[in-house]
Amino acid sequence: MSGISRRRFLAASVAGCAATTLAGPKKALAAGSFTGYSDGMGVLVDLTRCIGCRSCEAACNKEQNLPAPDRPFDDQTVFDETFHGGKQKRRPDENAYTVVNRYNPESSDHPLFRKVQCNHCNEPACLSSCFVNAYTKTKEGAVVYNPKVCVGCRNCMIACPFNIPGYSYSSAFDPVVKKCIFCHETRLKNGLPPACVDICPQEALTFGKRRDLLKIGNQRIQTHPGRYVDHIYGEKELGGTSWMYLSSVPFEEVGFDPNPGNEPIINNVKDFLGTVPMVLAIWPAMFTGFHLLAKKRDGHDDHDQDADQHNGEEGGEQ
Amino acid sequence: MKMLLECGAKPVDSHVDEKTEKSWSFMRKMLFGLTPGQYLGQALRNPFNWILGIIFAIGLPLIAYRFLFGLSVVTHGSNDYPWGLFLGFGLFAMVPLSASGFMLGTAVEIFGRHDFKPIERLALLNGLLGYLFAVIYLMVDLGQPWRLPYPMVVSFGPAAVLFLVAWHVATYLSVQVAEVSVSFFEWIGWLGGKRYIKKITIGLTVAGIILSTLHQGALGALFSYAPGKVHPLWYSASFQWILFFCSAIPAGLCMVIVVSTVVKKTMAWRCDANFLDNLDRCTLGLAKGASMGLITYLAIKLISVAHDNEWGYLTTGWGTWFLLEMAVGVVLPIMLFAYAIRHNFVGLARFGAGITVFGIILNRLNTALITFNWQLYQEIPHIFEVIISVTIFAVYVVVYRFILYRLPILFVWKEQPQEALATEAVKAAPIRTTPSPAGAMYRKMD
Repeated sequence: MSGISRRRFLAASVAGCAATTLAGPKKALAAGSFTGYSDGMGVLVDLTRCIGCRSCEAACNKEQNLPAPDRPFDDQTVFDETFHGGKQKRRPDENAYTVVNRYNPESSDHPLFRKVQCNHCNEPACLSSCFVNAYTKTKEGAVVYNPKVCVGCRNCMIACPFNIPGYSYSSAFDPVVKKCIFCHETRLKNGLPPACVDICPQEALTFGKRRDLLKIGNQRIQTHPGRYVDHIYGEKELGGTSWMYLSSVPFEEVGFDPNPGNEPIINNVKDFLGTVPMVLAIWPAMFTGFHLLAKKRDGHDDHDQDADQHNGEEGGEQ
Repeated sequence: MKMLLECGAKPVDSHVDEKTEKSWSFMRKMLFGLTPGQYLGQALRNPFNWILGIIFAIGLPLIAYRFLFGLSVVTHGSNDYPWGLFLGFGLFAMVPLSASGFMLGTAVEIFGRHDFKPIERLALLNGLLGYLFAVIYLMVDLGQPWRLPYPMVVSFGPAAVLFLVAWHVATYLSVQVAEVSVSFFEWIGWLGGKRYIKKITIGLTVAGIILSTLHQGALGALFSYAPGKVHPLWYSASFQWILFFCSAIPAGLCMVIVVSTVVKKTMAWRCDANFLDNLDRCTLGLAKGASMGLITYLAIKLISVAHDNEWGYLTTGWGTWFLLEMAVGVVLPIMLFAYAIRHNFVGLARFGAGITVFGIILNRLNTALITFNWQLYQEIPHIFEVIISVTIFAVYVVVYRFILYRLPILFVWKEQPQEALATEAVKAAPIRTTPSPAGAMYRKMD
């Protein structure tokens, strides 16, 4: 079955006995790997078709009721914006869930445009790092979150390998994490494509079931051997993502991490989570044992009586 | 204070005023035996208090400013650098520096090393306050700190490392409150409470070891979520949690050495002979422990560089910074400790401990802030962020001093005759009413 529903189920069961079985379910939750819901939806972004019109940004802004931008959406000069010493291009934040950036790749005679938004991972790092379980991977494929429980630790932003979630730092009383939710509430749930896909005049964005999109992507690569790099970014990267990319130039030239690995982020943490129940199980006996050995050697101990009486209780002490 | 001592003032160390043979009033206990006039006088004469006053005058309004207008007005927290100085220093450095509680607890209570008893309470208090203030730093950094109990009661994310940190830090804080409460019970004169805690000491100590192992490690494991963001030399998928746990051991021990040095220099009047006479010996003992911890840490660090084959990075600029951190923060203190222990140079050991504390703070800042996002850009904390961090640290110092002045941490509380009798009677009476299986087995072995 799916990892997520198991995760949810265990989270609920933990509610009853959180204090005592703290680490018991952790290993179980971390175990196994999840490759996405079979009928999950996705979007295939074809960089060769994008012309940088930014209408997807405008559609997203309207659909999600985001504040009006400083510069209008038909202003192309935003592509010249760089930050932090020219090292960084625009990124999604609390006021814009998606942005389009322009790149001038070496292996291409014309600029390429890349739309950035949440990639809706199969095994999202944000979800697995959230200690209040605010994130959910829905069966439709979206990674959504519940702002009502967000404490504001911002661990999801640390964990996200694509640097997607933004945070409303300027809000004093209700700051929350904000990111693209695949238009889940207004569209995806009802089987509709997200606003950005709907509006794209170039059909650069293709909406469909993830497994079908993989077929379409491979078909395009085969039909036009010279046009594409033989790789669908997001098919396997970091455990696979619902949003995937086709490109005519090597992916690192258009701002992708060329080698993020195929393991989902949670796999990095499994080693540690696996040791937790063992520490809980072994340490009490081991250290009480050390205590007994140390006392035996000394032949004298102030705590003799007290300690003896309570040696049996350590198990319940955690 | 020195002046008052010369005039014959004597700090409270029992329930009864020796001069008048009357019990101290609560008020006088709070003023550790001084009259209100004397108390105010010594407080105003102390230049350190004036420095603290200036820090609070600037810092406390800034903290209010942060809560009224949001994080963005006082920090450089951004979408790329979600964690700044509050967590980089306040959480990730304060927690390892507070590992002293479980280390000394283990040495004294589990391994029966009663020669460390004079410094045990200081180590326990150091642990408690360090954790408490790590949580306070966290509260300032959280977007919605009033939701801090959510992972406990509202919504559970048990697959997250931070869930484990939250639960373990909360549990361990309660364990440490219980451990330190012995001093408080002595001070208010409630022996029942003290006896109860004494009974469960071993349980508390073992619980402390478990919780410390896990959440010291978990703080490291938090960075396993960001393999592409932390510089490879500070990142190790397999060993990150062991590195954090292992380095916490020398960190905690050295923090006790540093604090005890400050105490000896600034409040010797509050220490009794038992503390002062044993301090040098204990310091060298702690230094031995710390140097073993540091050597182990160095070995694991080398193994992790070898394991991920990161040798190539050593020749880069980050590599130089890494080697500098290792040389100053790890290798130098090991050599200082070795020399100090060999030749009984306590002062040198204290210096080495100071360097180790610096090294640990540097390591945590490097991991959380300086090498974080090494492929993007360098974030410089906002000046207000620095001031608020200093202010919270100043509050920590004030609370630390407040407790050390009053509770029997640096001195042994003198019990009254009838209370002493009562304790004797309890000690003599067989309290082993329900022998546990482990206890029974132990007796059989005898």
